[in-house]
Formats: sequence, structure tokens, C-alpha cells
Amino acid sequence: MRLTVDDVTVHLDHRPVVHDVTLEVAPGALVGLVGPNGSGKSSLLRAVYRSLRPRRGVVNVGGDDVWRLGPREAARRTAAVLQERDTTAAGLSVAEVVTLGRTPHHGMMGRPGASDREAVADSLKRTGAEHLAERDITGLSGGERQRVLLARALAQHPHLLVLDEVTNHLDIRARFELLALIRGLGVTTLAVLHDLDLAVRFCEQLVVLDEGRVHAAGPVLDVLTPRVMADVFHVAARVERHTDGVVRINYAADPLTALPAPHPVPPPAPNTWPGSGSGSAERSAAR
Amino acid sequence: MLLLPLLALLLLVMITAISVGAAEVPPGEVWRIVLARLTGGGPVSDIATEQIVWEFRAPRVVLAAVAGAGLAVAGAALQAVVANPLADPTVLGFSHGAALGAVIALTTASGAALGGVGVSTAAFLGALLAGAMVFALGRKAGRMAPTRLVLSGVAIGYLFLAATSYLQLRATPTELRTVLFWMLGSVAGASWDQLPLVTTVVVAGAVALSLLGGLLNTLLTGDESATSLGVDVHRLRGALLVCAALITGTVIAVAGGIGFVGLMIPHLVRLATGPDHRRLIPLTAVTGALYLVLVDLLSRTLDRPNELPLGILTALLGAPFFLWLLRRNKGMDTA
Repeated sequence: MRLTVDDVTVHLDHRPVVHDVTLEVAPGALVGLVGPNGSGKSSLLRAVYRSLRPRRGVVNVGGDDVWRLGPREAARRTAAVLQERDTTAAGLSVAEVVTLGRTPHHGMMGRPGASDREAVADSLKRTGAEHLAERDITGLSGGERQRVLLARALAQHPHLLVLDEVTNHLDIRARFELLALIRGLGVTTLAVLHDLDLAVRFCEQLVVLDEGRVHAAGPVLDVLTPRVMADVFHVAARVERHTDGVVRINYAADPLTALPAPHPVPPPAPNTWPGSGSGSAERSAAR
Repeated sequence: MLLLPLLALLLLVMITAISVGAAEVPPGEVWRIVLARLTGGGPVSDIATEQIVWEFRAPRVVLAAVAGAGLAVAGAALQAVVANPLADPTVLGFSHGAALGAVIALTTASGAALGGVGVSTAAFLGALLAGAMVFALGRKAGRMAPTRLVLSGVAIGYLFLAATSYLQLRATPTELRTVLFWMLGSVAGASWDQLPLVTTVVVAGAVALSLLGGLLNTLLTGDESATSLGVDVHRLRGALLVCAALITGTVIAVAGGIGFVGLMIPHLVRLATGPDHRRLIPLTAVTGALYLVLVDLLSRTLDRPNELPLGILTALLGAPFFLWLLRRNKGMDTA
């Protein structure tokens, strides 16, 4: 199913953190959502998985405004893997955790039945985590745990997956394995990725958020120009497709100072909300 | 399935508890009398024994079971609500609210005029007031953060405790003795006519919470994940808080302040079955019942013919157990 985010503004504690964001994820696509810390990536995701109601705008999954669907109906369409630590879940087995993914499919007091067990077994298989089924969730390695949480999300039979920095704290091999797995699922996916090197390698399309606004969006090579790398991420780098077909970031010898000139230094703007209009004015002036 | 054996054990222990006392009644005879009464049959023993078993001891043992089940289940629900293993009706201020209500009824002129029924009602209202305050203060912008709930509960508890202490200071020595006895908890005054209400509330609450077990499990994964699973986390929290406050208020109203059951029993059961609430809640109810029946039995046999208040015994047994649990459980370091 298609995800469209249309002109969405999200407030957190009465402060705007996402401004007028419009983006689209085509059915089956894997789109990376990147941007510096505090650029509003997680808040935007929360609006998508129906945790933080947008002040304005529409989040549409498969033709319906998710905020007009009930929480359960929305959870049958959209599944999320988030960064929460579930220390209180100690003692739950992996199978029990994945079974929680069936929650939106049975009634409030429903018990998992045969179809639920089938869905659980199937999603454990798809994520290569069958052998973990009987293990305690808190005793897993980081990579195993993320596979299990992905299996829980798949058990929801979602049409859209949203992932919030799922590769954090993983070994480098586990990161590659996890992203290869996610790309192979064929489920429409919007993934917040902190690691740009992985984002350019695994996503066809990127959305760059900066100060709560979409700075650029589209195919990776069109989006991550040296200008954007400098303006948003403040490093000097080129993103290129190499002869082996893989897109990689080439950082300058000194990525911190060798920024493309002229690098506009925004004047200090006292007495303004972060990004409440003045920021965008500066940016357009800089172009 | 542990539930059925535990229920059988509970029945056995209850019969034993009824048979033990100043006048020993053989368990077989207790069984015959109880069975005859329950099936509507006539007297099967002499009048004195019938009266001891059916009018004095049976209601007391049943109340101990119901109170133990209620407090334990309320504790398990609250631990899920605030995602914190240290929560129980005392920590969240419910017990202090009930104590304040009871003390107002016991020490003020208007309270005295109402008699015993007034104490129960006042304690119940006190617990509900505390629950409502925790609910209101734990909310911010429509969301309930677990830590804010716990801290609100602790602060509200201290507030009620201060008011209770002030009233105690102004009370007469006779009033003070009654207050103290009530605050330490007892099922000695149990009678059949007070049982239907508290039993209905506790059983209905325990059944409802067991059926909601699957949803309670989603809270273990964190609020955001539970939301993404289609659970309205804040509404669920509110419902659980109301449920726990109702159970606690009803139990404390008739049995007084009995601490540590809500903290200790869910942990004990978790050690055996893990955190799956669909198993945890029913087993916690039966284990809590079993525990308080045994504690009540101890309270009237340890220091015969005197009775020890239940609250003293539950604390004496509960505190060391809890400290042991804290030291052996590594998970608590991060929780």
C-alpha cells in the first residue's frame, strides 16, 4: 500500500517539531528518512504509526487517513519497530513477543488461535529467527533482538512498515544483515536511518529532513548532492554510484572544513522558535 | 496449568484455617458443616460448633482470601500500569487515601455518628479520591507517563499521611487505639453480610484483568510499541487504574490497611510463571488468597489468645522477601 504524508505539522509539548511535511512512499518501496539529530524524524514517524496526532495535515495509508481509522484498524495496516528498551518484558519468550504482533487482529480480550500461531511461525521464518522462538527476549544479542521485533511487526501483516533507527547499537555485520533482510521483505517501508552510509547503500529513495522540514526528497543520487551534504549534515562529501553498482559516500580528506564554497553562515536569530519561518527564509536566501 | 492445583490447595488451607482456633474443630467436621450450609441443608453438628465454624471463622477466612486476592491482583495491575516492579496500592497512595478516609470517620464527630459502615465507606472514598488524584496529576497533555504516575502517587500518599497523622494527634486515646488497629489491618470482625460486595468486586476485577492480560502484555514492550500494536495505551492505563483503585478501596474498607501483599505476591508468581499477564493475574489472585489466609492463621495462633494485626505480619514476612528479591533479580537494576 502507498503511504502519503500531506502537509503534516506535528507539535511536541506545544512546540512545532515537524512543519508542513509532504512525502510519499510508493507500494513496495523502501524509503529512507534521514537528517541530523532533532530534525523531527521520530516525531514524523509517530504521526504515521498513530502515536502523535498531527496539528495539521493528513497521513494516508492505503487510501485512508490513519487518524480517522481506529487504533486497531490502523495497526492492521502499519507496523513499527522502535527504539524502546523493554526491560520489563524479561521472562517473555521470543514466540510470546512475536505473538503480541497479532494483537490488532483479535478482539480486546481475544486469545491467539491457530491462524495467529501460523502468522507467528511464518514471520519468525521470514526473519530467520525460528531457532530463537523459545529464548527469553532479554537474553538476545542486539541483532537477534531486532530480527525478533521485525518478526513481531510482520506478524501484524502490515501493509506499511515504519522503522526507527533499527540498526543502532548493532555490530557492522548485523547492520548489513538486518538491512538486507528489510530490503528483501518487499513490504512498503519508511525507515529512519541514522547511518547515512547504510542509507545510501540500501534505499532507492531518501527524504532529508532538516529542522522539521523536507529539505530534499527523491532518488538517492539526486538528493544527496554536495550542497545538501554541506548544508544539512555539515560535512564535505560526494555521493556517487561506483563501478560495482553500489552507491557510496566519498568524504573529503578533511570533511569538516573542506565545505563547498560559498558556505552560507546563517546569522544568529534570537527570539524565534527553532525553524518557525526564519530558518526557511535563510535557506531560500542561501540558494 | 497451575491454577487448578492452587485452587484445590486454597480450599484445603481454608478448611484447615477454619478448623484451627481456641476450640479445635476437626477438618472433616468443618467440611461437613460448610457443605451442608452451602447446599442449604440443616445443622449437622451441635449449635456451638456450627456457630464457631459458620458464623465466626468461615467469614473471617473467606474475607482473608478475598482481601489477599484483591490486593495481590491490584498490585499486579498497577505494576503493569506504571511499568515499574515497585508499584503497589501503597506506593501509589491508594492505601494512604483509604487510611485518611477511615481516620476522618473514626475521629471526627460526624464520622462517629455514622458508625462502622461510615468507616468502610470513608475508606473506600479515600482510596478512590487518591486514585482520581493520581490519574489527574499523572496526566500531562492527555498522556500518562509511568514515572510521573509513580511520583504523583508517592507525593499524594505523603499528603494524605500528613493529614492522617494530624488527625491522630488530636484523637482521644480510645479513638487512637481503634485507628491503629484499623490501619494495621484485620479480618477478625468479618461477617457474612459484608462479604458479597467485596467478593463481587474482587472476583469481577480479577476476571476482567485476566481477560485483559493480552493487552497488559503489550505494555511490557513500552508505550510507543504498544500504541503501534493498536492499543490505546492511555485509555487502557485509565481503565486499569480505576479497576485497581476500586478493588483496593473495597478491600481496605473492610479489612483495613494490609501492606506488602500487592508488592510481594505478583513478584513471587512472576518468578514461577514469567510476566505473561494471562497467566500472572489469575495465579496472583489465588496465591494472594492463599497467602493472606495463612497470614491470618498465623496472626491468631502465634500469640494466643491475643491477635497480631495482619499488617504487622505481612510487613514482617514481606520486607525480607522483597529485599531478597531485589538482590537476586538483576533486571531491577535497570527497571
